[in-house]
Amino acid sequence: MFRVSILGFRIYFQSQFLSKDYRPYVIMILMKKLLSGNEALALGAYHAGVAFASAYPGTPSTEIMEAVAVHKDIYAEWSTNEKVAAEVAMGACYAGARVMVSMKQVGLNVAADPFLAVSTTGVNGGFVLIEADDPGIHSSQGEQDNRHFAELAKVPILEPVDSQSAYDLMACAFEISEQFDTPVMLRSTTRISHSKSIVAVKDSRTVSTRKIGFSLNMQRWVMLPVNARLRHVAMEDRMQKLAVYAETFPYNQIEPGDRSLGIIATGISYQYAREVFPQASFLKLGMTYPLPEKLIREFAARVDRLLVVEELDPFLEDHIKAMGIKCEGKQFIPRCGELNTDILEAAGRKMGIIKTPAPEKLTLPTELAKRPPLLCPGCPHTGFFYVLAGIGQRLKLPGAKEKTPGAPNLVVAGDIGCYTLGAYPPLNAMDTNGCMGSSIGTAIGMEKVGLPAKIVAVIGDSTFLHSGITPLVDAVYNQSKITVIITDNSTTAMTGHQEHPGTGISVQGQAGGKVVLEEVVKGVGVKNLAVVDSFNIKEIRTAVKSALDSNELSVVIVRGACVVHVPKHGETQIIDTQKCNQCGICLLVGCPAIQTDDRQPVIDATMCTGCTVCAQVCPKQAIGPVSRLKAEVIN
Amino acid sequence: MTTKTKSDLLLTGVGGQGNILASDIIGEVALTAGYDVKKTDTLGMAQRGGSVVSHVRIAEKVYSPLIQEGGVDILLAFEKLEGIRWANYLRPGGIAIINNHALPPLSVNLGAEKYPSDIEIMQILQQRTGKIYLVPGTLKANELGNTRTLNIFMLGCLSVFLPFTVPDWQAAIQKHLPEKLWKLNMAAFAAGRKEVENVHV
Repeated sequence: MFRVSILGFRIYFQSQFLSKDYRPYVIMILMKKLLSGNEALALGAYHAGVAFASAYPGTPSTEIMEAVAVHKDIYAEWSTNEKVAAEVAMGACYAGARVMVSMKQVGLNVAADPFLAVSTTGVNGGFVLIEADDPGIHSSQGEQDNRHFAELAKVPILEPVDSQSAYDLMACAFEISEQFDTPVMLRSTTRISHSKSIVAVKDSRTVSTRKIGFSLNMQRWVMLPVNARLRHVAMEDRMQKLAVYAETFPYNQIEPGDRSLGIIATGISYQYAREVFPQASFLKLGMTYPLPEKLIREFAARVDRLLVVEELDPFLEDHIKAMGIKCEGKQFIPRCGELNTDILEAAGRKMGIIKTPAPEKLTLPTELAKRPPLLCPGCPHTGFFYVLAGIGQRLKLPGAKEKTPGAPNLVVAGDIGCYTLGAYPPLNAMDTNGCMGSSIGTAIGMEKVGLPAKIVAVIGDSTFLHSGITPLVDAVYNQSKITVIITDNSTTAMTGHQEHPGTGISVQGQAGGKVVLEEVVKGVGVKNLAVVDSFNIKEIRTAVKSALDSNELSVVIVRGACVVHVPKHGETQIIDTQKCNQCGICLLVGCPAIQTDDRQPVIDATMCTGCTVCAQVCPKQAIGPVSRLKAEVIN
Repeated sequence: MTTKTKSDLLLTGVGGQGNILASDIIGEVALTAGYDVKKTDTLGMAQRGGSVVSHVRIAEKVYSPLIQEGGVDILLAFEKLEGIRWANYLRPGGIAIINNHALPPLSVNLGAEKYPSDIEIMQILQQRTGKIYLVPGTLKANELGNTRTLNIFMLGCLSVFLPFTVPDWQAAIQKHLPEKLWKLNMAAFAAGRKEVENVHV
């Protein structure tokens, strides 16, 4: 490929995507844009003719759907969860459409079943699953390397090294999917998804020539054992063909350099290695499963020392070693966490390649005050956590004298969302949190083995709809007596305020069907249901106490809009320092707007939303709206 | 082609202060000026009120989007504590532009941790550089009548040290903001530029 610049546009002469037999030079006008990896994946898919997109929000993958859904000539949906997202995409692909489904890494745990199913049946329209791993656990409940899923499912993996390759690889992914009758996994990571770099993009969209239609073929689409056995053979056969294809795949490239060190790298690790070892020879892999064995052997033979640079597990390293090729990797490069150039430089020193000493670090005189993420001022989750913490005798200022921890009288099984932050001081009101939708099941299990405590499950609206309904059915069926609090802020807040079935608005901004939580709860057979206002402490306390005291399964829906959607609840509150005795109870709410000035609590007027939770808990009635206090002063 | 000087920039602040938008605007200006550019934000959980850091790298050719420790040419801090938290990233002799404004974290309000004094803040930065600009960003933004113009004020301060033209900056700002906010933010940008130019030696 070569290029010239005319009038600010770059004209690229490109041949690599055309068939091998016929490669004339075509002229495309490309424009340069600064795109995040997620935006590039979305635009790449759109330009490659994607007709159907489904996803469930999850950091760092969320923006892929948001960026593709703006194109109104495709169908896009937020699905109820990742499993459903993969299933609707599977149906659309069977019917001939090019489909994409995107999710975060743990989303694929949820979607594993349909992912393996579509791998077994094969595809009609191209099927691309984009999943974003999170090395460093920036915003996840764990660190996992999803490349193992693709190996398990016998599916090829493409891994971009920047936004340009994210854009380009989307087109390749659809081609490979249709050519080899397989879903394709496109693996991103947080750093690829959330970095912006320059992308030369086409100005037009290729619309797939495949017509929407379904051919009846029981052997092909119905995975009875007799058919699935045949498909397993076909899957093995296709992996062998893909391994041959990988040898000449244009995004598996040797970049010649010094022969003393050869580096095999993929994804963002390639960029770090390029910067830290500028003289080295590189084999950059855009396709990381199956691997191009001949190409790797050829590269290994050209260099004296072979290093594999990859984040998380030694996936490439293990496969390369299994080929009988000597290489180094995880003995120098950590398995845990996100890589960066500092870590690679340290690895280079350990290997004896980098001779310069490590740079000096600054000494900070005292440990700096931390700034963890917090529930916002006016957050609708704060009030019921305050109540739960009170019932569970958890409210405690950090640094306060530790009581001898006794057996808890209340255990709060938590779930995933902003409200997971209720685990932090001063609320201390969440005790477990494992995976999406697990709160209700965890609570049932604790109850069934006779844990001597009141047991509460706390789950958000979006998480409840994602995977909380089936455990609630389990609670009804198995006569559980737990209390379930559904904290309903009418949005998927933590990932950036996406719509969901409870809001009844689609990802493309259309009015859709609205799922009413009360009706779902009653519909599955829950008899004891209360619905309370997130900002009314008395109402919450009465409802929660009554639910805990009842000898049956109970659900309390705590409802109040996310403060990002309703930024002002009422008049700004102020503390009357004449009435205030500095007892510190308002500080136990954990509201960032309440600050202290030499032990005297004060409310930051620019942050206060007027939710009045602090005023309701103040035993001295010292907190009130600005106007009331002014009036009192005048009188 | 003239050589393109490299600038590695670190923007730090508290979620909600607008530093991601600011880093997007820098990226846009660099693209317009014909540079290679990469930028990345580290947010942790996507919450307001937490630490936010954006890396912006501008050069002839950029590989890693993350800057190495001790490699930052200019540290642009929207909040004092968040300035020193990342001081280790500043290269010796680099430039530190710090908004002279404190947002104490919750742990400080609850009495569990201490907010560093101005003397401690300066001592930490001075281990790396003498080129420290303590600018009244929040004050000026409030004077302009909108505290949210802080990020554009800070860009004005930064712009003095980068090889981009004022019209390019203005175009990039306009591209990222609705038209009704243009005038106000142009004023914030100009105020930031003036603030640093007056003390710039």
